Amino acid sequence: MFDFPRWKVWAVTLVILAGILLAIPSLLPKDQVERWPAWLPSARINLGLDIAGGSQLLLEADLADAAKQRLQAKEEEVTTELRRGEPRIQIGDVSISGGKLSFVVRDPTQLDAAFERMRTLSQPQGLTGTRDWEVSTMDGNRIVLTPTESGSKQALKDSLTVARDVVRRRIDPGGTKEITVINQGDRRIFVQVPGVEDPEALKALIGQTARLEFKLVDLNADPNQVAQGRAPPGSQVLPMVDGTGRIAVQRRVMVSGDQLVKATQGFDQDGRAVVDISFNTAGAKRFGRVTQENVNKPFAIILDDKVLSAPNINEPILGGRAQISGSFTVESANQLAVSLASGKLPVKLNVVEERTVSAELGRDSIQAGTVASIFATLAVIGLMIITYGRFGIYASIALLVNAFMILGIMAVFNATLTLPGIAGFVLTIGAAVDANVLINERIREELRRGRRMLDALETGYKEASTAIFDANITNTIAAALMMYFGSGPIRGFAVVLLIGIITSVFTAVNFTRMMVSLWVKSKRPRAINI
Amino acid sequence: MKLLKLVPDNTNIDFMKWRNIALILSIIATVGSLVLVGVRGLNLGIDFVGGQVVRATFAQPVNIEDLRGKVATLNVGEASIQEFGDNKTYQIRLPKPEGPDAAANQVVTAVRALIIKDYPGVKVTAGESVSGKVSGELAWDGALAIGLAMLGIAIYIWFRFEWQFGVGALVTLFHDVAMVLGFFALTQLQVDLNIVAAFLAIVGYSLNDTVVIYDRIRENLRKYRKMEIVSLLNFSLNETLSRTIVTSLSIMLALAVLLALGPDVLFGLTIAILLGTFIGTYSSIYISSPALVWMGLKPDSFIKAEADEDVTVAKPV
Repeated sequence: MFDFPRWKVWAVTLVILAGILLAIPSLLPKDQVERWPAWLPSARINLGLDIAGGSQLLLEADLADAAKQRLQAKEEEVTTELRRGEPRIQIGDVSISGGKLSFVVRDPTQLDAAFERMRTLSQPQGLTGTRDWEVSTMDGNRIVLTPTESGSKQALKDSLTVARDVVRRRIDPGGTKEITVINQGDRRIFVQVPGVEDPEALKALIGQTARLEFKLVDLNADPNQVAQGRAPPGSQVLPMVDGTGRIAVQRRVMVSGDQLVKATQGFDQDGRAVVDISFNTAGAKRFGRVTQENVNKPFAIILDDKVLSAPNINEPILGGRAQISGSFTVESANQLAVSLASGKLPVKLNVVEERTVSAELGRDSIQAGTVASIFATLAVIGLMIITYGRFGIYASIALLVNAFMILGIMAVFNATLTLPGIAGFVLTIGAAVDANVLINERIREELRRGRRMLDALETGYKEASTAIFDANITNTIAAALMMYFGSGPIRGFAVVLLIGIITSVFTAVNFTRMMVSLWVKSKRPRAINI
Repeated sequence: MKLLKLVPDNTNIDFMKWRNIALILSIIATVGSLVLVGVRGLNLGIDFVGGQVVRATFAQPVNIEDLRGKVATLNVGEASIQEFGDNKTYQIRLPKPEGPDAAANQVVTAVRALIIKDYPGVKVTAGESVSGKVSGELAWDGALAIGLAMLGIAIYIWFRFEWQFGVGALVTLFHDVAMVLGFFALTQLQVDLNIVAAFLAIVGYSLNDTVVIYDRIRENLRKYRKMEIVSLLNFSLNETLSRTIVTSLSIMLALAVLLALGPDVLFGLTIAILLGTFIGTYSSIYISSPALVWMGLKPDSFIKAEADEDVTVAKPV
């Protein structure tokens, strides 16, 4: 009649023991868990930012900048290809305007050849037949490259993947911190750094694209025209970083930051903060050759399209090492060094959301949350015991086991506990007893109707189960939608609710039934007080 | 041991007698809530309208007007300053700046620097900045999640029971959500992302009660096919009353403890769910069940469905 087979006793006991065992690492200090033998579970619950303290940023790719950077990269690719590849094709008047890249082929007979070379440069996109760049001709001697939509989309996706790694390297050059950097949606990156209470340094590191270029200064440019922002063909006008005016430089990049192997903060002879850089072999060679050919001419050091300085080349620089000076503080030089060493950001990132919580506030919150959870549990246990007696004690044991199992399962899935999650936990404590209330009330009813004890127990568990099932499905629907649509706090709340629903049904139905049936079997009571 | 029986055995309250009065009260309260939301509006947090917030605990209570004057010198818009939790902790809220989003997060920095300079011993405990674009998305996702949860649960109940039950559940949910919204409009408590989580919890738990009662109504409809519908509802409500009270009480007890002892940040979320549980308990008795009568649920509503399986049921000729 009211039975609980032996194998089921074992199964339920095992599941519960496993749940409690998995919860233990999260309840002990971290260093203690790290000293455990490897076969013991060591996965811990993640603490959310609002508990652990720290900063989180949501970064969004600047689409205009992404388009600009893509065009600039294409310009370099195109000029290198036409100047280096065979046969050489002379081009001029390279310009970027209206979101398109265009140039003039000097010898009109080479137009078709140049067109073909451009076609082979563009990559087909998937199976649709569209390419990442559309190539067309204009005025009989000009080739126009237009980015296609699918090409730009793919490029943005690629740059965000690269950007994610760059951001991670910049925030955590040593790769030792527990930071989170993930792509979110198709144009955002989510960054979470525990322990950081002032996100300024963080933002300064991420805010810089850090595109470093060395270009020769165009000495033939007419100063009046430069002042008006007009550059001779093959050159461009760039502002000085300190706002002291503008300068014309050749479009062609002498050496770029891509060829750096090292960047560190240092000091020059006068004790001013500088960034020391070293090029890789190819970069060093090129830097050596260009400086050799241009002794006594100035070259411009350009960071993110602003000229940091334009020193004179006094002698060829052959060792592949150089020093970048500007009006740096030690801190800003250090930031630039880190940014350069981690590579340039393929796209500019804007901060669209920022949240910071001090570790102290987090500590206070988790303390208050823990105290509240304990007292809430005690209150519910009290209510259960005065209402249902022995059966209330069983429900309470199930409740405690349930609390451990929630923690255990959260640890296994590496789920994050947030403050709303604590509210979800307390809510689950209050609601988890619902299944037992349903069962116990039903048993009372069946006894009132005159059923005998064992019969009443059996019917109570059986009849209550459809209501338990339906009632929990509604909560599951709500919690699942929270998981799907929710951001941050909503999700933290939903995780605890979802896990709590599953474990509470298990402990409240199976586990209490086991306890009741073992009691009935061993004590053979004649009547029950419920 | 003498056990506590919150509801004595054989309680037989004629709930349905009051159903029309309850209906009128509920309609007044629901409409009143919606009007309140329309007239006073909700105090939407930066999560939904964008802007920035700096929370700080000062060494001693400060003069809010002084602080506001100091923040005003930064020229970052009208600051709204209020106490947060205790009388030394304040929340300084600023509107989202005009212009590009990139400038938004400079404001938190400026405010932080200002109060650290002017108020020795201050601790800046939290800083948040949400751009207009992100806040718009958060608001939309939140509203969508609540709407879909209501709809999803109603559809589930429609499948598990009958269409009258599905509609009844939806009306109940609407009633509960409207009332809690009205509470937020009345108190001008801040509505942030946590409150969306609270609403979803209310949607889930307010129906918990309703479903248990519906489940009993269905069982009794099958059992007592001759019983008149209003008496059957009364009977089912009384049968489940003890459970309704004990469960609601245990949830409210747990939440009350959290409200009293828990962290300040959770105040809004907790009070919303607490209120929602209370309203949900009332509405599962006085909205969801009478709704079945108004929609013409008949004693034989479940018999049709079973007639195919159960051939022994005699069909009236």
